[in-house]
Amino acid sequence: MNVPADLFYTEEHEWVRLEGEVAVVGITDYAQHELGDVVYVELPQVGDHVTQSEPFGVVESVKAASDLFAPVSGEVIEINAALEDAPELVNNDPYGQGWMIKVRPSNWEAERANLLDAEAYRRLIEQE
Amino acid sequence: MRYTPHTEAERQAMLKAIGVERIEDLFADIPAQVRFPSLDLPEGMSELEAQRLFAALAAENATVATHPCFLGAGAYYHFTPALLTHLLFRGEFYTAYTPYQPEISQGTLQVIFEFQTLVCQLTGMDVANASMYDGSTALAEAALMAVRLTRSRRTRLLISEAVHPEYRDVVATYSQGMDIELVPIPFDRRNGTTDVEAVRAALNEHTAALIVQYPNFFGQIEPLGQLGELIHGVGGHFVVSADPVALGLLKPPGDFGADIVTAEGQSLGIPLMYGGPYVGLFATRMKHVRQMPGRVAGQTVDIEGRRGFVLTLQAREQHIRREKATSNICTNEALIATAVTIYLSAVGRHGLRQVANLCYHKAHYLAQRLTALDGYELAFEGPFVREFAVRTPVPPAELNRYLWETHGIIGGYDLERAYPELKNHWLLTATEMNARADIDRLVEAVAGYPGSPAPSR
Repeated sequence: MNVPADLFYTEEHEWVRLEGEVAVVGITDYAQHELGDVVYVELPQVGDHVTQSEPFGVVESVKAASDLFAPVSGEVIEINAALEDAPELVNNDPYGQGWMIKVRPSNWEAERANLLDAEAYRRLIEQE
Repeated sequence: MRYTPHTEAERQAMLKAIGVERIEDLFADIPAQVRFPSLDLPEGMSELEAQRLFAALAAENATVATHPCFLGAGAYYHFTPALLTHLLFRGEFYTAYTPYQPEISQGTLQVIFEFQTLVCQLTGMDVANASMYDGSTALAEAALMAVRLTRSRRTRLLISEAVHPEYRDVVATYSQGMDIELVPIPFDRRNGTTDVEAVRAALNEHTAALIVQYPNFFGQIEPLGQLGELIHGVGGHFVVSADPVALGLLKPPGDFGADIVTAEGQSLGIPLMYGGPYVGLFATRMKHVRQMPGRVAGQTVDIEGRRGFVLTLQAREQHIRREKATSNICTNEALIATAVTIYLSAVGRHGLRQVANLCYHKAHYLAQRLTALDGYELAFEGPFVREFAVRTPVPPAELNRYLWETHGIIGGYDLERAYPELKNHWLLTATEMNARADIDRLVEAVAGYPGSPAPSR
């Protein structure tokens, strides 16, 4: 199971990567594997505000529809439009082309304490 | 399937596990005086006795089969072809249940798919669901969907007062407790259609949708082109409740850019049946499909490439999304929808146009003859299809009582009941079931009403 070392993770299987002032968010390899083939991703609109641990969208697969939980709070500055026509990117490249939203974090320093590092996340999924 | 009932021993073990002596103990919360009422049912009857009883009861009914009917106002007396009843009552259609398992339900799913296709063709829209309960709840669901399409950022719904009053009540019921504002839009007294200036004045950036009926409750044809432009101009959605028979003649709402089209399917060969069951039609644009409520059947291929049908987009529904589903509905009106599918397949495009034409001409013949009488005038200017309002010199309620008691004729709807400002306005319908002789009889009966004012010439 792929768990990149340079990312932070939530217990709900989202990942976040800080690129300068921007946080990129998606779901983990473990999550896409559990979900099965993703058929649709419902994303917020640019300009929406997301809150850490609150739902910001929905990922729909052939067997389930699951809420997506924000790993950080902030303003949505970009969404991955490619997922509209190619939701399978979430399965094929969950940490790369399968990214979902980009957020300008409003409180990164305080909120990162609530996230798991790669080690902690790997332990979590090994237990599940 | 196998039936595996509980044994007495299993029942006792279960009762013991939850700590009660008998099943009756589980009802202890119900007050004693109503807990186990004695039903005092009469002795059972033989089949012959039961037949006689029901025949006697049925003979007490007066029906549209034996009494000419000019009443519409939301439910219409249309022809039910024998073909429809014959096919519908086949066990394969009549007893088939919900097609949750596609591998054993291809027939049912195909019928639903064909139904959805017909609804799209009728309304000029991209995608339809497997049906809703009726026209009123379909419209209410459309209203809620229109708000959801704005991600609930816009919560004002403009609803024309020319929409069926009971449909407006149902929309109000469905939206109560939600952050939704229903804004009534008056109709123009001259032509009986939605007041375009009132719409213009009421529109703002918080308006989620404009809701109108086509033809409207008064039978008048709404200017969908103008109305659609107005609501789209502020970024809202255009919701139209249409009549399927009228669509045999009129340009469909889809062609005017409607976002959601709903309808009552009863006019498509379904008998009046004292109010139901009827069937709601619901159609929308493909881009809105994920917010559409209700079941959807989809076409696909199996692993051998053969065409098959399944229920699809289920992640919108109750059983998957619970409180986040698009609606609480977890069913459809399968039998009535099947009947509608049979009807439309039997009459076809040309047949439906013929039905609409007959209604148009009979309604206009009725209007012409009636308004030739002193004191009777068309209430509104502008075209109508099958239904129209007249101003009467005497109260419609009195006319109706006289027509029924003296002539056994079912008269039209007294509009004052729903519109206090429309005193002495009578809403009349003529369909292909109104023979010319019956129309003539109605007019002569009205002309001969003892309470009529003396002729002016």
